[in-house]
Formats: sequence, structure tokens, C-alpha cells
Amino acid sequence: MIVKRKQLNLWERLYLPAVIGGFKVTLRHFFRKKVTMQYPEERWVVPEGYRGAPYLVKDQDGNTKCVSCQLCEFVCPPKAIRITPPGSTGPGADRSNAEKMPREFEINMLRCIFCGFCQEVCPEEAIFLMKDYSLNGTSRAEMIYNKEKLLALGGVHNDPIRKWKHKADEARSQGMEP
Amino acid sequence: MSTATPIETKPAPPPSDKLKVRVNGKEVEVPKTTPDPVSGKPLPTTMIQACFIAKVEVPHYCYHPKLPVSGNCRMCLVEFGTPAIGPDRKPILNPDGTPKIAKAPRPAIACATPLSPGMEIYTDTPTVKLMRAGVLEFLLINHPLDCPICDQAGECKLQEYSVDYGQSESRFVEAKVHKPKRVDLGPRIVLDDERCILCTRCIRFTRDIVGDDALGIVNRGSHNTLTAYPGRAFDNNYTLNTVDICPVGALTSKDFRFQMRVWFLKETKSLCTSCATGCNTVIGSREEKIYRYEPRENNAVNGSWMCDHGRLNYKWIGREDRLREVCSPQSTALSPQSAVLSPAERWAVAVRGIAEKLKHAPAGSVAMIVSARQTNEEIYLLAKLARALGALTDSVPRILEGDRLLLSADRNPNSTGARLAGIAADPMGANLPKIAEGIRSGHIRTLIVLGEDVTRHGIGADLLGKLETLIASDILPNETTRLAHYLLPGCAHAEKRGTFTSTKGRVQKFMKAVEPPGDARPEWEFLRELASQVTGQAGAASIEGLFNQMAGEVPGFHGLTWSGLGDTGATATI
Repeated sequence: MIVKRKQLNLWERLYLPAVIGGFKVTLRHFFRKKVTMQYPEERWVVPEGYRGAPYLVKDQDGNTKCVSCQLCEFVCPPKAIRITPPGSTGPGADRSNAEKMPREFEINMLRCIFCGFCQEVCPEEAIFLMKDYSLNGTSRAEMIYNKEKLLALGGVHNDPIRKWKHKADEARSQGMEP
Repeated sequence: MSTATPIETKPAPPPSDKLKVRVNGKEVEVPKTTPDPVSGKPLPTTMIQACFIAKVEVPHYCYHPKLPVSGNCRMCLVEFGTPAIGPDRKPILNPDGTPKIAKAPRPAIACATPLSPGMEIYTDTPTVKLMRAGVLEFLLINHPLDCPICDQAGECKLQEYSVDYGQSESRFVEAKVHKPKRVDLGPRIVLDDERCILCTRCIRFTRDIVGDDALGIVNRGSHNTLTAYPGRAFDNNYTLNTVDICPVGALTSKDFRFQMRVWFLKETKSLCTSCATGCNTVIGSREEKIYRYEPRENNAVNGSWMCDHGRLNYKWIGREDRLREVCSPQSTALSPQSAVLSPAERWAVAVRGIAEKLKHAPAGSVAMIVSARQTNEEIYLLAKLARALGALTDSVPRILEGDRLLLSADRNPNSTGARLAGIAADPMGANLPKIAEGIRSGHIRTLIVLGEDVTRHGIGADLLGKLETLIASDILPNETTRLAHYLLPGCAHAEKRGTFTSTKGRVQKFMKAVEPPGDARPEWEFLRELASQVTGQAGAASIEGLFNQMAGEVPGFHGLTWSGLGDTGATATI
């Protein structure tokens, strides 16, 4: 198809009106409020409920909350989570009546799609999607976060229920070893 | 009662061993009596058995088809009715001529209520649904709900029935009764009394099936507690079956404790190889690692049980020092190129080398020692090779103490197969001294060893050193494999398919659960190549074809087919 070039009229051929029109647009934006951000020095504050990177949390007494039930590993759609259960020789749980905690807990952040299923399925409220959205590393291996790193990044979760403490107290009040 | 006047009886109706009942309106014919699972004596058929025949699910905890009835969990409550009888002792009929059913005023437990002719059972009425929800609510009152740390989660009847029949929320606000947790019940079992629902399956199993009355319930009411008899450990050879039949997570296996969640496990139908009984098993594996064996029901062999000795004998399969590399003088000669040979090329070089050696071996100069732990197919191929070479053959017997339940004194899983194929001498092991003597006299120049360390069975390293060629295939390294000129890494039964013949002649097949490590290949694959290169006859290329070919040639297996074996096997003529 041949597109015919439109003949310019006199006003258009004068050139300056078009340039001035352009400057008007530039000037209008020049005095407006700035919308760009000096990333990465300046960062966006994410809204409440934002689904960022999943991290593990400890409770207010410093106990690892995860009990290695592996439901997050099961539900994870991209198979980003990998848990090594403690077995019979693994580390005892921080709270003795919780009986177990993971020997190793890895999340491959290159695979994670931040869907939040792990947080939703967790029966112990041990994993939460936090506000980190920019994760970097210089190798693939570095992007696999291990248990230690996840717990350090996750921090403390103020658990209002404290299921295991409640169970232990109830058992002790009945004269049983929790 | 001898003084009572005998009641006038009408001529008895023709005796029938069947009776007709209706389950949810569907008529089924069921046997009048069913053998007692322990004594075998005929007992009246119960409502739950009629429901099974009618393929209607009735939830139950304490009932188990292989155990005596106890009737304590109340989960199988159903409503029922019987034909109404008038004052004239005749059935009352509906206007359309069918018998009128008088519905019983109360429910009954289906597991312990015998059937009567014309009985109607209702399992889907609103009352039954309410009763199930009510029973579950009671069972959950003192249950700790620690599913996240419970090994039973995923195969727990309390979880399953709660989803199917229970309520979504608990109404219980009082403190739960706390009981002993993490009780060491014996060398292989951990007990959590809080999770126990007191169904007594474990007590009945160990008392009536094993004959070791080790468990019981103490204390009263909500404080009922399962425990071992004081001063006695629960340590018989069948304890881990109680873990299988425990409907909840009260009894768990120490070996499997916190190893893997059950929903990750791939289940493969297999067989136990620890003795000649041939118990049917299910292998639970994930990502090429075996986590557990469980018994699989086969009423012709092991019922629903297996022994702890066989169940825990799986760790060697994943050992780090497994044989991984094919070794042959030819590939060593090709060194340093041998490093660049692919596994397939290494196998081809080794098999060709062995075939050349065997083809030029004078008749009678070859001997074979074939383990009775190899499959029927492998033994058949070797027997064929032995006939072509005129070789002296034998297997190594393993006779230890058996028990009266499942453990056989013969610890080779396939002694019968070795006898049927003609590899084993009669009695097994009789040819071993002859082979040793043959090597000593220089008469036997080539020895083929499959799956045995012959240095522990009368053919020492000095004798093996005299051989011109030692061909060994095994799974784990030993003195024989160390001395072998040709070393062919083989597969554990969990890494290949095949069949074993049990001590009673049951031919059963097993499936592949995990991949073999390194170069290791199923023995029947390279034996088939070797046999076809030496004898010039190409045999069947698949395990199915090989089995069918063997069934045609070995008299004991006549009439059997791979597909005809099914999941539970077929009987050979022994």
C-alpha cells in the first residue's frame, strides 16, 4: 500500500508554532509534582498485604516456629521450597513439645513466584510473605536462601496464640510432662 | 435345658449358605457365615461385611477384617430394619406383596451385628450422618490435633473421616486431658497416648495374631491409656504392623520417624527379599531414595502383615559404597580412553569380552555360582548359558531360624526358582566343594559369580587367584568383586523388574521403584545379551517376553504368563 504524503499548509510550514506548542507541553510538566523516584537510593513503600519474598519467623521467645510439616513444600506451585526433615538424628525442636523442626529449609528465590500459598497453608504461622521485592545475587547458588538466612530476614512474629506454650502449660497443670 | 420339651419344628427349608439383605435399597447376596480371621471357625456374617460386598463405605476405627471384632469405637453405627412378623408368626406384607420392614428403634454397630434374612441396612440416613459427626466429636475431645508434627498425617483415618463425616469446628472449650507423650514402647515403636483413640487394634493384633500379649489399656474413663505390660518390652518381630493398623498417629515407627511426609512417597508394588516367604510389599520412595517398606495385602501369602526383620532391611540399597562402574580388562586396556567411553560402550565392551572368553572356553572349564537372591528370569538365562557351556552350577544356601508366622528359615528369596531352573544342586550347596576342588585341580578355569561373596563360602581368595577369568556381578563390594577380572554392577530388586518364586511355589512379580546408581543395570539385561552372543539365539528383549519365554521352557512355570501373574502372583508346580 502506498501512503500518500500529506501536503503541509502554510501554518504548518511556518515551523515555529509547532515548536512553541511543544515547549508548552514541556513547561507544563516542568512545574508539576515529580513522579519519578531515585531508585535504588529511594525506595517505594509497599502497601499493607503486599506479597513480597517469603521468610521464616521466630516467635517472641526466640523459638523457630517451623515444625517441618512440609505442607508449604507440597503446595508450592514452582517447587521453590525444599525442606530436609530432621529424621531421628536431627536437631531437637526449640520448643521441646513441638518435637521437631527442619534440619534445613531452602527457598529458591529464582523459582519463587510470590503467590503466598506457603503462608496460607502453614499451620504454624511460621512463614510470611514480607515486603522485600528486590532480591539480588551474583550467582544462582546465592539466590537459594537457607534456613539461617530466612530466619534472619524474617525476624520475630508476635504470635498471639502461642499454641505450644499453651499446650505445655496445660499439661504441666495436670501433672504431666509436656 | 435337657428337661425342656423340644419345640415342634417345621420341615427345614433347603439349606442354603447364602442370604439376601438390602444395603441402602440395593439387594446383595452374602454368605451366611464368614471364617473367623484368627481361628478360621465360621462366624455369622456381619452388617459391615455385607456393606463391603455391596461396595458401600462404612467408616470404622476398631474393626479390621483380619482381627477379632471388638466393637468399641462406635464409628460404624448404622440403622437397620428386619421383616415384620405378625401375631400369627407370619411375615406382614405390604399391599404390593413385599415384606413389610420394621425399622429397629435404635442404631447398631455394623461390625458386630449379625445379619438375618431380609434385613435392610441404611447407611445414608440423616440419623446416621448425625451419629457419625457425634462419635467423631467425642473422639476428638482429647485429641491433641498436632497433625503438623504427626507422622500419620496424610494417612490418618481421624483426618479422613473428619473431612468426610465430621464437623468443621470444635465446640469443646474445657482443658483437654493430657497423657504420656513420646513413650518408648519398644525398640521400634514410639507411642503418643494423647493421639490414641483406644480402638485396641494393636492389642488384638499382638495378642491374637502374634501370640505375644504385650499391650493393654490401664486407668479409667478419659484417662484410659495404652501401655506395654510392666517390665516387658514390646519387641516381638511383628511390632511394626501395629503402626500400619493404628488408625491414628498413636503408634509410630522409630525408623520412619520424621523422615518424610507420607504424601511425598511414591508407592511401588514390590516383594520382600529377606526370606523365602515372599511377603508382598509397597516401597515408599521419593527422588530415588527409599524411605520405607509396608506390607501389601495378599491372602495367599502374607495376609496384611510382614515381619520387622524384612521391613527394616532396605537401607543397604542406598549405601554410598554401591558398585557403580563396569570393569573389564578390555576397557582398562583402552585406558586412558576408557574414561571417555559412555556407560553403554563400557557395557558393550565388557559383555563382548566375556562372550569371547566363554565361546572359546573348553567344555566343563566353566563354573557358575548364582545367588538364590537373583530373579527367576536371571537364573533362567544363566541356566541356559550353563547348559550351552556344560558348566557346573550351584547356589549358596542360607538356612537360619524361622518362626511360626511369616519368617521362613530359608533366607534366600528365590531358592525355589533356583531349583526349578536347575541352577541349584540338590541339596543346595552340594556342588560348592566340587567347584572349589575343580579350581584347585586347575580343571575349572573360568568362574561366573552372581550376587555372592564366594570367599565366605569355601572358595577363598587363593583359589580365586588361580582362575584364568573371574566374572562377578554384585550390588555391594566384597572380596570376590575386588578380585574379579570382569565386574558387572547389578541392581537391587527395587531397581528392576522381575519375579521370585516363594518357598511355597508362589511366583510373584515386583516393580521398579528407584533408578540404579552409576553404570549399574538390571542383571537380566546384560545376561540376555551375553546369552544371545554365546548361544547365538536372540532371546526376548523385554522382561514380559523373557518371563513368557521362560514359562514355556521351564516345566515348573508352564502355563504362567507375566500379565497372568497380576498383583498377587500365581502358583508354580514344585
